[in-house]
Amino acid sequence: MLFKVEARQEPSRKMALAAPLIATGLTVVISSLFFLSLGLNPFVTLYTFFVQPLTTMNGISEWLLKASPLILIACGLAVAFRANVWNIGAEGQLIMGAIAAAGVGLFSPFQESIFLLPLMVVCGMLAGAAWAAIPAFLKARMNTNEILVTLMLTYVATLILSYLVHGPWRDPDGFNFPQTALLPYAGMFEVFDYSYRLNTSIFFTVVAVILAWLFMERSFLGYKMAVGGVAPAAARFAGFKSSSSIWVGLLVSGATAGLAGMTEVSGPLGQLSSQISPGYGFAAIIVAFIGRLNAFGIVLGGLLLSLLYLGGETVQLSLGLPSSIALIFQGMLLFFLLASNFLINFRIRAIAVRAH
Amino acid sequence: MELFISIFVATIVAATPLVFAALGELVVEKSGVLNLGIEGMMLVGAAFGVWAHFAGLSMPVALLTAVLSGAVVSLLFGVLALTFMTNQYAAGLALAIFGTGVSAFVGRGFGSTPVEAIQPLHFPVLSDIPVIGPMLFQFDPLVYFSFVMFALVTWFLYRTKAGLALRAIGESPDSAHAIGYPVIKIRYLAVMFGGAMAGLGGAYLSLVYTPLWVENMTAGRGWISLALVVFAAWRPLRVMIGAWLFGGMTILQLQGQAMGVSVPSEVLSALPYLATIVVLVLISQNRKAMALDFPVSLAQPFRPRG
Repeated sequence: MLFKVEARQEPSRKMALAAPLIATGLTVVISSLFFLSLGLNPFVTLYTFFVQPLTTMNGISEWLLKASPLILIACGLAVAFRANVWNIGAEGQLIMGAIAAAGVGLFSPFQESIFLLPLMVVCGMLAGAAWAAIPAFLKARMNTNEILVTLMLTYVATLILSYLVHGPWRDPDGFNFPQTALLPYAGMFEVFDYSYRLNTSIFFTVVAVILAWLFMERSFLGYKMAVGGVAPAAARFAGFKSSSSIWVGLLVSGATAGLAGMTEVSGPLGQLSSQISPGYGFAAIIVAFIGRLNAFGIVLGGLLLSLLYLGGETVQLSLGLPSSIALIFQGMLLFFLLASNFLINFRIRAIAVRAH
Repeated sequence: MELFISIFVATIVAATPLVFAALGELVVEKSGVLNLGIEGMMLVGAAFGVWAHFAGLSMPVALLTAVLSGAVVSLLFGVLALTFMTNQYAAGLALAIFGTGVSAFVGRGFGSTPVEAIQPLHFPVLSDIPVIGPMLFQFDPLVYFSFVMFALVTWFLYRTKAGLALRAIGESPDSAHAIGYPVIKIRYLAVMFGGAMAGLGGAYLSLVYTPLWVENMTAGRGWISLALVVFAAWRPLRVMIGAWLFGGMTILQLQGQAMGVSVPSEVLSALPYLATIVVLVLISQNRKAMALDFPVSLAQPFRPRG
């Protein structure tokens, strides 16, 4: 028996649906082997990782709470990635959004106004978009690689945050901890139930998913951007400008990342500290790919990645495993997913070898 | 003078991990492959180097472990990008994330335990010459090795038949394939070389420079190495010059912090990242120079026909 790889006439729809399942399955298998090698019972560990977090109401609330920013950011990133615009610095844009929102919440004169929260939303989105506008300008005007610029700006954003919470914005009554004072009540999202942290900011994510779907699948601009991503020469010929793809891709993804930062501050965090995101901006890249750059696929991808975060925390608490395992799983999942995407465009056929 | 000498020496040392990683990536990109996962491979090298060191292995063996771990983990990218022909951006990012996770897992428990660093060499007579001695003849062996690697990479790329083949593959894999060069095989070797060099660069950080294991200790050096290759417009000598510039930037900001310059330390820490952006912008202006040595097939998947 030999195997031969053949290009398919057209991409397989069946495989497009099966690929994420195959990837998830392979991740589970390999991680079981990994747990075995650590001397742990893989069934217990996998249960602790993937099932136990969802057995309580609090677990489900945390699951959705973590999935929400991932999905929100990934929707923006999908718009950019489809146009071949590589915004890798959503983490930095998230941080800038969080900083701007917290700044408005803490220092604006509208401390008790009902307009505080909307103002924070707007400022968070603007700050994220502004941070992404730097690479957009440099790419569109100066031909500078956006991957590297967005990443470098992420490091800069982390340093700005660190400066603020260690310096001018540090809570004077905070026992010298590197964090700001708590946001006023008017600057916080309502929780659905006081026992859990899930809050109304999740509606932004729902709206973002719908808007992203409409934009990418039903709008002419979204279509133009996608053509530019797949076939730049064809797009130029049709008169679609690549600079508008760059601007729209980066500003949209920057704004969603900034909004995600804002919802974290006005949601589960309630203040700024030196660590405000467990890498949501990077994980959202994986979410976007797992969702095959499709808005509804992204929802599933976000739920899956959020479960990985949650599972990572659970095994850390109950089995004493390091939380870095979640990162390993994220990388592994993306590896398998990319590999199984191969099956969409190619088929592997067994060919009989004749005996001589 | 004392200060100048110490800044000079510290600059060369700070540049060394960048030199290793960027020279490796240069070879990878020259073959037409873009591996964004340097940060992950460096971290893996750094963590496995420390792991081997604490497992009681000698320093050369620990370094070799780091080199091998970098090469092995780069294969994950290689299989995806070369065999499965996936999007190289995505595969590289997966490697960056995966490598960060693996390194944190391997390095756990070694945190803040200092490593007995590799010591600077002392050459008889030469090291004792005033000024020149401390500036040229008192480095650790790996610094000299980075110069050897620079010479080797330059010689390989421009003076050997294999190097010519590699560059031809980077320019036009289809033509190279038609002449009979094994495109995929050579690209695999290039990717593994890049992984090995990134692993060595990471181990330099954890075994010589810092020297201890800290999670995420590369702090963006992998990404800066990628920027260096662009900055160098794909030429080895400019990779070296770029690495020294960034090494110098790192040292100057550290000096500034030590001397208590009245700017927040975060502003100084941000300088290398901002400098990377400025340099990238400047270099991208000169489109002609950029195009000259640019491997045309960079990041495009290749599938041999027939």
